[in-house]
Amino acid sequence: MTETPETTSDGADPGLGGSNAGNIDIWFAREIVPLESGLVQFLQHHWRDRNDIEDLVQDIYVRIYEAALKEIPDLARRFLFTTARNLLIDKIRRTQIVCIETVSDLEALDVVNDMPGPDRTAIARDELRRLQLALDYLPSQCREVVVLGRLEGLSGREIATRMGITPATVSHHLNRALTMLAAVMHDDAPESRGEI
Amino acid sequence: MSDCGPELVANIAKEINACAVAWFERRRFWDWSEVEQTEFDAWLSQSLAHRAAYVRIEALWNGADRIAALRATHEPARARQDKKKFVPGLRRVLFGGSMLVLAAAVGIGTWLYLSTPRKQMFATPIGSHETITLNDGSQIELNTDTVLQASIGAGRREIWLDKGEAYFQIVHDPTRPFVVVAGNDRLTDLGTKFVVRREPDRLRVAVVEGRVRLDASSGASRQRSISLAQGDVVVATADAAPLAKESATEMTDELEWRNGTLVFDNIRLADAAAELNRYNAVQIVVADTAAARTIIGGKFPANDISAFTELVQHVLGLRVVNNGREIVISR
Repeated sequence: MTETPETTSDGADPGLGGSNAGNIDIWFAREIVPLESGLVQFLQHHWRDRNDIEDLVQDIYVRIYEAALKEIPDLARRFLFTTARNLLIDKIRRTQIVCIETVSDLEALDVVNDMPGPDRTAIARDELRRLQLALDYLPSQCREVVVLGRLEGLSGREIATRMGITPATVSHHLNRALTMLAAVMHDDAPESRGEI
Repeated sequence: MSDCGPELVANIAKEINACAVAWFERRRFWDWSEVEQTEFDAWLSQSLAHRAAYVRIEALWNGADRIAALRATHEPARARQDKKKFVPGLRRVLFGGSMLVLAAAVGIGTWLYLSTPRKQMFATPIGSHETITLNDGSQIELNTDTVLQASIGAGRREIWLDKGEAYFQIVHDPTRPFVVVAGNDRLTDLGTKFVVRREPDRLRVAVVEGRVRLDASSGASRQRSISLAQGDVVVATADAAPLAKESATEMTDELEWRNGTLVFDNIRLADAAAELNRYNAVQIVVADTAAARTIIGGKFPANDISAFTELVQHVLGLRVVNNGREIVISR
């Protein structure tokens, strides 16, 4: 799982930094990001306050990056969920009001066997479904911008010319669509509830 | 962008994600100056949270092309060309003589079937689906690679499904029963919508609405009559015709071929490939038995294998080799 792909089509951007950091970015984009919907389900299951989820995910990602800077973990999924569990235990211990069973529940969790989404396909499918749902709610002009930008790979200026709209409008639509993409994993997808 | 300069250290995930979005948008879509690069580098190196957020949004964007909703509204010029290229070739191979004329005529679109008691034949080439309208108002939608004959008379309405799959929306008429004959099996419509798929060794019937009676006599020893209601699915083979239930959602998914889409919900990779192969000239071969058993799901364009092979390659991490006639999937 530590193999370095020849291509970066899965989202890694080697132009972001030095070669080691670049490898971590590639690994993170390929192995960790696709697990996000499973991670969010796990957090929602074990953490009461939904408003904390986005921050928890970010804290977990920072821990993952810190660890990966030393050595890229072999088993991404196991590592991700172990990190998530440990972070929750730390947080629960710091707050006084939580009953002790929650902690022991978490400690008893078998990260290898009990974690959600045993195969990557189911997780990837859930991710796609969430994206799909979210995309359906975008206004059609915004969607068209996404299509031209993603499927045809046009630049902002080219999209503006093609659609006959101003670059500022294109930029606005892109920001909106990207913000939706960034948030979609944290929103509740009603049909995917209870899959843990 | 000024909100996301290097001077600001945001702590809240939402703010960091918003900055990551703003940086990605600028960097990916617009002219990028050295000043911006310097500011971006500074922001990126400020915290691992920034870096993770940026790589994350980039990965999500790059993965967005797998969303069927994007493809549904957008058929790239390349795919259109491919279709033009291979369909005529296929017709030559699959349909000889008068069938060639028929297949070409199918392309015109909806047919109005005139009231004549003699049999008329309808056919679709691989990869296409067409709707025919009968003079009683009933509609039949033929899926890929399907041949059927119709005889609509004053006393009875009969369809022979010679091969393939068709979706029936029947206008009920008690004086003129509507019968679908598929080999030794007969379906009598009792006012309904249903889909029938005929394969060499089995007949599959799913009732979307209303009721249908199936008289199955495929096996020499068996002859039985089954009444099917909404949501019922039956697969009749030589020795059995077990009845199952399908939810409305499953039924809708099953009929997505009418919109040119295939929906797979937790099926084996090999079965998904076989399903796609019905719609395409280039055949997918799953060469590895373990890979063949992998359970997959998703929504795919029936005529564009690339969406499927990309998933197989990038999400499942399998090897995909296209040798022109076949696409071979292996470990």
